[in-house]
Amino acid sequence: MTDALLLMWEFFKTGLFAIGGGPATIPFLMDMAEQYPWFSMQELSDMIAISESTPGPIGLNMATYAGFQTLGWFGGIFSTLALVFPSIVVIILIAKFLEGFQENRLVQAAFRGIRPAVTALIAAAVIRMIQVTLFADEAGKMSPRYPSLLLCVIIFCLLQWKKLKKLHPAMWFLIAAVAGVVFRF
Amino acid sequence: MKELWDLYAAFFRIGILTFGGGLTMLPLLKYELVEKREWITEEKLLDCYAVGQCTPGIIAVNTATYVGYLKKGISGGIVATLGMASPSVLIITVVAVFLQALITQPIVQHALMGIRGAVCALMINTVYTLAKKSLVRPVWVVLCGAAFVLALFTEIPTVLIIVLAALAGILVDRVEGGTEK
Repeated sequence: MTDALLLMWEFFKTGLFAIGGGPATIPFLMDMAEQYPWFSMQELSDMIAISESTPGPIGLNMATYAGFQTLGWFGGIFSTLALVFPSIVVIILIAKFLEGFQENRLVQAAFRGIRPAVTALIAAAVIRMIQVTLFADEAGKMSPRYPSLLLCVIIFCLLQWKKLKKLHPAMWFLIAAVAGVVFRF
Repeated sequence: MKELWDLYAAFFRIGILTFGGGLTMLPLLKYELVEKREWITEEKLLDCYAVGQCTPGIIAVNTATYVGYLKKGISGGIVATLGMASPSVLIITVVAVFLQALITQPIVQHALMGIRGAVCALMINTVYTLAKKSLVRPVWVVLCGAAFVLALFTEIPTVLIIVLAALAGILVDRVEGGTEK
């Protein structure tokens, strides 16, 4: 029982203080690996790899996996709930506040400035993502993974075609997975 | 009740189809919430995303809570978040035991390499459509360029970049006297 409470407390803290999404939770998890016998550093790095390649946002996957490793399915559910709880409270408070000031000129002006900046932040993050996923880092040298890169270019071009825009994003994942298996990416 | 269930179902679908971090769910959010269901506008989605990035917690969860709240108040926020978290809990607990063995299979690796290519293509496309919509004036292009350089080449925290952009927005409004939309 104390283990469960401690686990929830740690994930609650992570949810409250990790700013910047899933990757920002990693330092908190590292602390946990050092402080508690729940999982080791090696298990943590496996956990990160697994979270990256299973559906679901990385942060949630890591919480579930860490909780599961420690206390079984019960731990998985409770560490995830503990992680999302602070978000729900904070976001609802902020949303209430911002929606109340929706007609406020200052808030509108601020968001007009924020939108282009967020576009830039997303663009920068996409570039980092492409570096990691489409250019393998082998012994400090960047080597492009040509098949994935080519597939990426082809799908992007197809997406500019109006009729294909309506296709569900998951269909592209399916097509890409099949292509990956067939052509041995 | 039906609306809450719809919210849960929509976010469950987004959660189960997100590979990687909260960022990769942007094309899915756009598809499910803006294009298919027309619950919110693309602009509003971007605002939710901005708030989600500079508040504590996982971006995916923050965005889900915000959108759910806009749609159906506090219960909407909670239900959307639970919908988002459910696939992770289900998938990880069910497959955690043999996940390691599964993921090292060559066939799974090939499929994942393919999926990664598709994820990148969808993300580039999302940035492209966002840029077309939000960069309609030279001043926003300059702001976007500055934020891009800061984000990519410096260690400045994301929160600070968003705060600076908000101040820039207010400054532009002051200078123009609020005549521009």
